[in-house]
Amino acid sequence: MIEGKAHVESLDAEHELAVGDVSGIDVPEEQKVSPARRMTLNMGPQHPSTHGVLRVVLELDGETILKARPEIGYLHTGIEKEAETKKYQQVVPLTDRVDYLSNLINNLCYALAVERLLSLEIPPFAQWMRVILCELQRIESHLVWLGTHALDIGAMSVYFYCFREREEILKIKEMFSGQRMMTSYIRPGGLALEPPRGWHKMISKFMERIPNAVDEFENLLAANPIWVNRTKGVGRVPLEVMLDLGVTGPLLRAAGLKIDVRKDTPYSSYEQFDFEVPTRTANDVYARFEVRMEEMRQSIRIINQALAGMPSGPWKANAPHIVLPDRENMKTHMESLIYHFKIVTEGFRVPAGSVYQVVESPRGELGYYVVSDSTANPHRVFMRTPSFGNLQSLGPMVENGLIADSIAAMGSIDFVLGDVDR
Amino acid sequence: MLPEVLGENPTALAVNERVPDGIIGATIAVDGPVLFIAPERIVSVCRVLKDEAGFECFSAITGVDWWPQEPRFEIVYFLRSLRHNTRLRLSVKLAEGEPLDSVTEVWRGANWYEREVFDLFGVPFRNHPNLERIMMPADWEGHPLRKDYPVHGHRYSYQDE
Repeated sequence: MIEGKAHVESLDAEHELAVGDVSGIDVPEEQKVSPARRMTLNMGPQHPSTHGVLRVVLELDGETILKARPEIGYLHTGIEKEAETKKYQQVVPLTDRVDYLSNLINNLCYALAVERLLSLEIPPFAQWMRVILCELQRIESHLVWLGTHALDIGAMSVYFYCFREREEILKIKEMFSGQRMMTSYIRPGGLALEPPRGWHKMISKFMERIPNAVDEFENLLAANPIWVNRTKGVGRVPLEVMLDLGVTGPLLRAAGLKIDVRKDTPYSSYEQFDFEVPTRTANDVYARFEVRMEEMRQSIRIINQALAGMPSGPWKANAPHIVLPDRENMKTHMESLIYHFKIVTEGFRVPAGSVYQVVESPRGELGYYVVSDSTANPHRVFMRTPSFGNLQSLGPMVENGLIADSIAAMGSIDFVLGDVDR
Repeated sequence: MLPEVLGENPTALAVNERVPDGIIGATIAVDGPVLFIAPERIVSVCRVLKDEAGFECFSAITGVDWWPQEPRFEIVYFLRSLRHNTRLRLSVKLAEGEPLDSVTEVWRGANWYEREVFDLFGVPFRNHPNLERIMMPADWEGHPLRKDYPVHGHRYSYQDE
């Protein structure tokens, strides 16, 4: 008996050493169990439902999670360090790789930050084109989220339907930039290339089919008893806690807070579009599902408005020392050739100063903090990525719940590990 | 005394009233005001900003290394007010090795951001609940985002052995 007790105590000591400090999380009195019944379970880093390389250390009593501690950094690639060694225009391909499900929105955020430091005016056509592409990107990201989230909970066919529609968006992106994912299409000063012939028709054609597809996906899940049982009332976190933790985006909107960077501080002429910010008050996984489905519909609305009222004009700013010249002009105009040579070899200088530019990514508030020391290389590029802030709420979201519910909760946060680790 | 560039900024006035020696400078960046805060007053300034000036929403913390200039580090706080729909930046200048008080007791979300600054810049935070490396492995040497940290790895020479 005495030996057994000592064994339990040493288990406890070992356990404390393994789990480390998880202070700030109170376990209710009735949840407290003897240390011998507790189990520490490693979920990840190679677990399929973590959508990447996230490791979560779970402390369990039977099937109930007492503490959950996310461990990140497995996908840290040093993008911020790398950006400091590049010229301003060379950082654009790095921004594609931060959040690999919303490349164009990351491109846009970086481009807006640099343009603000340069006080560069972007022509209306380029601004509207950026809006169309970013909203397509938002739909694409939400389709991936919906497919994988449903797959985690056990609805496999939704995944195939979502990826079928996503494929069409990837084709549009390929048509514009030659790349399916890492487009680098939005650059400081406008767009990378002139929009291809027939782009209007291609996007219009897609706009005809996507509203029905979104309705179809919602019909597949919204009233499905398994889906409803797995998601309703699961993954609740009080709103004050979420604000405290730096959570943004659809998670806050599903808790009843009507915030959206596109409405609060409009950028890239979003103020000219008529759209709603969908909110729900239930603050559970099902409410987040409803909010994101509604967001896809609002994105469709924005794209349709943009297609109908597209302004004409140039697709890049009139700033020869920043924007690469037309290929044809380079063959006939000496100045164009000189500017091209200067931009490619030396880059362009940005006035000293710093800027924090925010945009609304599919996951929440995406911010780029760019510090310039008046050279052609950025002194510092900090990416305030929405997934990093949102993932901090994973602990409060899954604690005192079941392991199976943690899968639904993780899917509803919709994090991208590239976005978390950078 | 408030810096003149701020004018009648209500947030700065509120902070100045409660923590008179908190704000030691300010500039207006292209996206809004930046307040320079005395390092030893950062927690009390943040407390006032959260409880009285309405900055309930926390965005991020990061660092900038100005090496070889002194003081070397600049720690930047990004705050957001939902009530007033405004954003604010705080900036704290620190010398190398100088610790800074953690603001995790004001905003719980500062936890990971401060760990990241500690990991990548080597700035220690006092009273932090769990100050460990977050991006790099626990046994990593050096702090990658410092300007004197190489980008392409250390040169290895057999003669060194």
